[in-house]
Amino acid sequence: MAKYLLLKHYRGAPAPVNDVPMEQWTPEEISAHVQFMHDFAAQLERTGEFVDGMALAPEGTWVRYDGEGRPPVTDGPFAETKDLIAGWMVIDVDSYERAIEVAGELSAAPGAGGKPIHEWLEVRPFLAEPPTITE
Amino acid sequence: MDEALLRSLTPGVIGILVRRGADFAAAEDAVQDALVEAVRVWPADPPRDAKGWLVTVAWRRFLDATRADTARRRREDLVDEEPPPGPAPAVDDTLQLYFLCAQPSLTPSSAVALTLRAVGGLTTRQIAQAYLVPEATMAQRISRAKRTVSSVRFDRPGDVATVLRVLYLVFNEGYSGDVDLAAEAIRLTRQLAAVIDHPEVAGLLALMLLHHARRATRTAPDGSLVPLAEQDRSRWDTGAIAEGVGILQAALARDRLGEFQAQAAIAALHADAPTAGETDWVQIVEWYDELVRLTGSPVVRLNRAVAVGEADGPPAGLAALAELDGSLPRHAAVAAYLHERNGDAATAARLYAEAARKAPNLAERDYLTRQAARLNARRCR
Repeated sequence: MAKYLLLKHYRGAPAPVNDVPMEQWTPEEISAHVQFMHDFAAQLERTGEFVDGMALAPEGTWVRYDGEGRPPVTDGPFAETKDLIAGWMVIDVDSYERAIEVAGELSAAPGAGGKPIHEWLEVRPFLAEPPTITE
Repeated sequence: MDEALLRSLTPGVIGILVRRGADFAAAEDAVQDALVEAVRVWPADPPRDAKGWLVTVAWRRFLDATRADTARRRREDLVDEEPPPGPAPAVDDTLQLYFLCAQPSLTPSSAVALTLRAVGGLTTRQIAQAYLVPEATMAQRISRAKRTVSSVRFDRPGDVATVLRVLYLVFNEGYSGDVDLAAEAIRLTRQLAAVIDHPEVAGLLALMLLHHARRATRTAPDGSLVPLAEQDRSRWDTGAIAEGVGILQAALARDRLGEFQAQAAIAALHADAPTAGETDWVQIVEWYDELVRLTGSPVVRLNRAVAVGEADGPPAGLAALAELDGSLPRHAAVAAYLHERNGDAATAARLYAEAARKAPNLAERDYLTRQAARLNARRCR
């Protein structure tokens, strides 16, 4: 029982096999992709493994504290940001191997030509609660 | 209303429904409904016979559900308004439920969820909160688990070892949410010990009690980890320790050693030491030797290296560590500790930082980072 974050990148991941930008797909291909993502989450819920999933807008703002009584400083978005997160799915699975299996299936989401995108997804374990028995 | 008492009746009531002819999945749903109803109704109108009330309400729910399910062709055969008392069970119903919910065909997380619901009487929402997953996901996990065990005969004896592994997981890997999973694991293990005479069940119960006794001292008010040697032993729960030691001694006297008894023996030796300095590390090493023999587990060997370092000095501990695979979880943390004890602060600081990067949880990572920082600060001075 461990939680993993499956991260999808706009930028920063190695190039997928089926590397065609989404705006060049046909509308039907986009619909098929969206349907796949929806079905995938529903299927993970049925297996009792789904925790959360969200998509992110590509453009973000950088913010930092600028001292007492002053409004925070904002900057960006930076076109050159190398690592850009597109969205995530959180799963709760019995093993690392299962997390890899799930990510592999998610990476088969259809893209241009209805073919799998073979997109690289990043699998990151969550830091858990400490166990009670350690010695 | 005593919710623990209410929940302790759960497995017995499910057992009665199953013996009257309900299948396990339907019986479990009906009893869950009855429990929810009890929580609603009992505070204002407590029944004289709590179990009888639950059986009556659950059976009615089962009949309603079965009637509604027109696809169920067998209903005329098994539905009877006034069911005859079932035959006396050959094996305790409660015990059968433990076996069923820990079927080896279930994944660990499914077995844990099903056990907490069908044996523990927790609601799906409570279990979902305890494991930080959405309620819908937990509901699916439980109904899937029920489908997996649906073909298992209710009266088939099971394997105690699988049950113990599930209870150990509940105790060791829960989140501290609304439900106190450690206390729940102890309750379920205690209930199991009452229906089966088995030294490893006693061993696990003792192990849980001995670790639970230290709970208040394991973390500082800010949530940071306090290692065993630095815990305030005056705040350990002496009642839980006495009970754990008593249960363990009775189990060990039967001369059927198992891993939980050996682990409990180590916990008992720690509990027995008035100060960390008075710990009987020589005996602890002997118990680790038994554990290695019983399990062959590399994690046990790693913990043994720590004990050897205390019993025979840090160089001996490092020698024991040298025989182990460096990729083991917490290997760097153990190495850091032994190197510091051996007077090599620079190596220890480097290894603590490495261990922090590999830590599987936040509390450990913070603890290890602080250890590295402490050594680095001392060296810079």
